[in-house]
Amino acid sequence: MENRPLEYDYTIAKLWMFMTIVLGIVGMLIGVILAWELAFPSVNLIAGEGLAEFTNFSRLRPLHTDAVIFGFTVSGIMATWFYVGQRVLKVSMAESKFLMVTAKLQFALYLLAVVAIVGSLLLGITTSKEYAEFEWPIDILIVVIWVLFGIQIFGLIGIRREKSLYISVWYYIATFLGIAMLYLFNNMEVPTALLSGAGAWYHSVSMYAGTNDALVQWWYGHNAVAFGFTVPIVAMIYYFLPKESGQAVYSYKLSLLAFWGLMFVYLWAGGHHLLFSTVPDWMQTMGSVFSVVLILPSWGSAINMLLTMKGEWNQVATNPLIKFMVLASTFYMFSTLEGPIQAIKSVNALAHFTDWIVGHVHDGVLGWVSFMIIAALLHMAPRVYKREIYSKSLMNTQFWIQTLGVVLYFTSMWIAGITQGMMWRAHDEFGNLAYSFIDTVTVLHPYYTIRAVGGTLYFLGMFMWAWNMYKTATAGRRVEESELQSASPMAA
Amino acid sequence: MFHWLEKHPFFFAVAVFVTIAFAGLIENLPNFAEASQPTIGTKPYSTLELAGRHVYIKNSCNACHSQLIRPFKSETDRYGHYSLSGEYAYDRPFLWGSKRTGPDLMRVGNYRTTDWHENHMKDPAAIVPGSIMPAYRWMFKNLADIDTAYAEQVTVNKVFNVPYNKPIPMTDGGTATVKLAGSLDGAKADALAEAKLIAADMKDQDVKDMVANGQVPEIVALIAYLNSLK
Repeated sequence: MENRPLEYDYTIAKLWMFMTIVLGIVGMLIGVILAWELAFPSVNLIAGEGLAEFTNFSRLRPLHTDAVIFGFTVSGIMATWFYVGQRVLKVSMAESKFLMVTAKLQFALYLLAVVAIVGSLLLGITTSKEYAEFEWPIDILIVVIWVLFGIQIFGLIGIRREKSLYISVWYYIATFLGIAMLYLFNNMEVPTALLSGAGAWYHSVSMYAGTNDALVQWWYGHNAVAFGFTVPIVAMIYYFLPKESGQAVYSYKLSLLAFWGLMFVYLWAGGHHLLFSTVPDWMQTMGSVFSVVLILPSWGSAINMLLTMKGEWNQVATNPLIKFMVLASTFYMFSTLEGPIQAIKSVNALAHFTDWIVGHVHDGVLGWVSFMIIAALLHMAPRVYKREIYSKSLMNTQFWIQTLGVVLYFTSMWIAGITQGMMWRAHDEFGNLAYSFIDTVTVLHPYYTIRAVGGTLYFLGMFMWAWNMYKTATAGRRVEESELQSASPMAA
Repeated sequence: MFHWLEKHPFFFAVAVFVTIAFAGLIENLPNFAEASQPTIGTKPYSTLELAGRHVYIKNSCNACHSQLIRPFKSETDRYGHYSLSGEYAYDRPFLWGSKRTGPDLMRVGNYRTTDWHENHMKDPAAIVPGSIMPAYRWMFKNLADIDTAYAEQVTVNKVFNVPYNKPIPMTDGGTATVKLAGSLDGAKADALAEAKLIAADMKDQDVKDMVANGQVPEIVALIAYLNSLK
């Protein structure tokens, strides 16, 4: 027993891997439908006039964002935690009955929440605050699920053998704390049926009004990106890239600097969503300035990762998983440069409310978040199922088709956004507005079509990924423990 | 210190929490301490308007339309006076939006009429050629939820002191009072009376018949809300 390597228990990780794939496909399918609806409004009637209420852009849009953030990404965070956590803390889930039971409970409640969320958003039960649309009963359910996640993290840490916490664990802890704090404060609401004895039982009204409500919402909204799309994904890359490439993390000091820098700076930046609004001016300036400062810790992690590949760049050509991760890091750098540029007041005056922002979100989420989650799960599959990855060439095809998809997406949205912003502000020689609003809509049609094509390509890649994962689990060649040290074994 | 923290998860977590909470405290607290006061002329929503606001929220109108006019010439030319903080004093939640796929609606009540909205919601592209807005025909059939609107009025009145049944100063020097009925039945009667005024300006015979029969379709409530945006 003493000399045998530790056997990790992947029961829970497998459940979340499955969930990640299913919700990734669902979330992106809805995204593709929305993209086509914007290019060709008749697609709103995709299921006929009778069901138009539920297939309409306005009902599907919150479902898309929530499915990708709380469905795909959060499932990916869970899947990787239940894999990475055990490995870097040198302890098996099977060693604690309590953790196994609470983890299963967490998953079961999550399923319940998914059903409740899909149902309620399609019915139009929403608080309208972006990424915080759920009414109070679902909010409470989510808090319970999140507390159970905290129990998982600190429970496993509590029984760990490796005394020092690896960098990835820092980021998982931060994810847990950050989301907990933000979610609680932004979702403070008063159920209306409680005090009046009338109306829908699930309806509530926000604790905050007007400008205050906006302030809390974007403090949350921006940092849901921080602690959902940045911090946990950095946790993943710090584990999976060194592991897959067989290289040690380039610099520990840089890791430290980037982590604590990110923790301190990120939260300030929420104010950049409120430039030129009725929020106090000094707050807008803080949001703007700290957004630019945010480049430093963000690039710190990204450069640390790229330098980890130093001397081993040949792996990019031979290993598609490294390709995914290196491109993810590159998109991270790119997206964390683009964000601060948009947060500069004069640029924001043009970019805000336009598709350029939509483009920014998607180069981040498709290029960085999704690529990293896809790569992480593909790295996990051979180790979880003890089989080699089913098809390397399918992975390569997926990589190129999705890369093309992202590029089409963000370039079309840049052009669309800047065009729209310029047309909104254009005046003729007499000082009158040069264009009516509808002029600024119809001109975007070609770009909306290109975006829909790009999104569809990316979506196709998701199917290739799902197929490859499925075949790996069921039909991949069995591998020995010795083949699993670094680079993932994969068929041709 | 960081090495020590990495071996002591509890203190590590505390340190992370303090670091991330810091910015929130500095940025949010001062503004909460002096919550914005309503500007003169800013009124709470009537029952029907609030029911319409719920229809607006239910269909995520804010996903495509902003309610925030920025202080630029191009925006004030297009939409009217730029937004003031106090104008949102009764907005729970705020509906500023983050994307303009369609135009801003902050002061749409100043330049669109009841029948314009009616036709537009039925077939947007017929009213604005080239529009990519989908039609919202189900709003002509579904009934507005007056009960929940009343529940919200009672709640904000009790919890946040929103001034119903009190004189509110208006820009012309006079005052106005927004009524909060003493009972649900009273609120329904008030909403129906207001709905009748809207329906009188509408063309759709089914909607007119519904209102005449004491029902309030969603479209009527929504138009009441949109007309109140000034």
